[in-house]
Amino acid sequence: MSFPPTRLSVVARVRSEDADTRRVAHEALVEAYWKPIYKYLRLKWHLSPDAAADATQEFFLSLLERDLVGRYDAGRARFRTYLRLCLDGFVANQQKAERRIKRGGGITTVPLDFTTAEGELVRIEPSIPADVDDLFYREWVRALFDRAVADLRADAETRNRQVMFEVFVRYDLADAATRPSYDEIGVALGLPTTTVTNHLAAMRRQFRAIVLDRLREITGSDDEWEAEARRLLRGDW
Amino acid sequence: MSFLSDTTLAHLREVAVWPPLPAKYTPLGVAGRGGSATVYEARDHDLDRMVAVKVLDIPDQAGRAAARLAREAAVLARLDHPGIVPIHERGILPDGRAFYVMKFVRGRTIDEAAAAKPALLDRLALLDRVLETVAFAHAHGIVHRDLKPSNVLVGGFGEVFVMDWGAAQSDHVPEAEAVIAGTPGFMAPEQAAGAVVDGRADVYALGTILLTMIGSDPPRALTAIAARARAAHPDARYPDVPALAADLHRFRDGLAPTAHRESIGERVLRLYRRHELPVLLVVAYILMRAALLLWKGI
Repeated sequence: MSFPPTRLSVVARVRSEDADTRRVAHEALVEAYWKPIYKYLRLKWHLSPDAAADATQEFFLSLLERDLVGRYDAGRARFRTYLRLCLDGFVANQQKAERRIKRGGGITTVPLDFTTAEGELVRIEPSIPADVDDLFYREWVRALFDRAVADLRADAETRNRQVMFEVFVRYDLADAATRPSYDEIGVALGLPTTTVTNHLAAMRRQFRAIVLDRLREITGSDDEWEAEARRLLRGDW
Repeated sequence: MSFLSDTTLAHLREVAVWPPLPAKYTPLGVAGRGGSATVYEARDHDLDRMVAVKVLDIPDQAGRAAARLAREAAVLARLDHPGIVPIHERGILPDGRAFYVMKFVRGRTIDEAAAAKPALLDRLALLDRVLETVAFAHAHGIVHRDLKPSNVLVGGFGEVFVMDWGAAQSDHVPEAEAVIAGTPGFMAPEQAAGAVVDGRADVYALGTILLTMIGSDPPRALTAIAARARAAHPDARYPDVPALAADLHRFRDGLAPTAHRESIGERVLRLYRRHELPVLLVVAYILMRAALLLWKGI
């Protein structure tokens, strides 16, 4: 089966006349980008965990207040690059003024689990890319795939396909060094090997469709989506 | 949710791009990657043979890459020649990506194959097969437009295949929109300018391929042939591929190519090389007669 795109770009939705649409778009933006931004602030700007968490929240508030997403011009840069440049400018301005605005109360309904992000950071730190754009891109991909896996799990639960998802987890999410064979998964789950491979093929097909759909949400135009999808699914990173 | 490590990310990316081919094909690996598509090596279980499957990397929203793949398939279907891989079928995968299935060819690119052949005439023989194939396509109204060493494969038995007809211009398969196709360095100037081209654009690219195959210190006659093929204005080039091939054959056969006005020294040397044995026999005869006369004189 084919998976038609269901998501619109957050850039388009942020420009909507409808306040609810704008709010949901902003939440989607935060959900997609907060981890790459937090990790980028920790690794590139060397902020402490608390300072990076504060700056992440404040940056999203700044995006909202200054309508930076609405002012994005797809002809000038990719949306991901534009956000990173906005972030660099934001942090540089903060440091230049030597002031940090403390605003309590949270600025979004999306829960941001900075403790988890900090734990992930410890695991990736030995392989930090030298290029800042590569660093931001890698974390952006990780966040995208992370959300796609979560979507796949939620869909599997809704459609009573937990066994299929379990095959996917045991094979495709396993560490390469400890990845079991199809036969071993079949024995563990009481499935013929052909069923294991069929389940895996179906999950991968759906995973790909979800990734491309989620990607549409966090890119600024069709051309950008196509370019990002090509890079994402062909390597070069 | 468990943390996705870099290796897991890389694995997910690989499996996400893996194509859900029709059941009779099992993809076995990646054979090559192009600008917008990947070629997979696959087994055809029905006919128990290897095939190559070219698949777009993403469903093409604007339809440009899909249209290009369809055009390529149509061109391949029109050209029944030993130097062009036959197409078996084409279609759309369940995830929306266009694909086509063709004969699987294993080989080296022509520049790699040429590098393994020390004799210049052996290398020219390889190029001659390419010229035959391209001339055949031109006779069917098709201009390749992206000839370069990486698009010419040489098989294990010396068979030569001209690949990647995705940029081809065809009299019979109209283009949906004007495109500038080709590769800088191999692309004729009029092609780079976006003009509708004819077979002389391929002549230009073939001249460039010739240059890559004849080494760093080639005979001047070959350099002249390449220069004529690569003339900036199409009218100054060979009018077609057979004319280029004929000049290369003249060089091969020890005749003067039309592209090169040779000096007296070059002409003498060429004639000597062409008639080396008779010349040596005559010289030997003259020397023997001279020696005999001298001996009688003494």
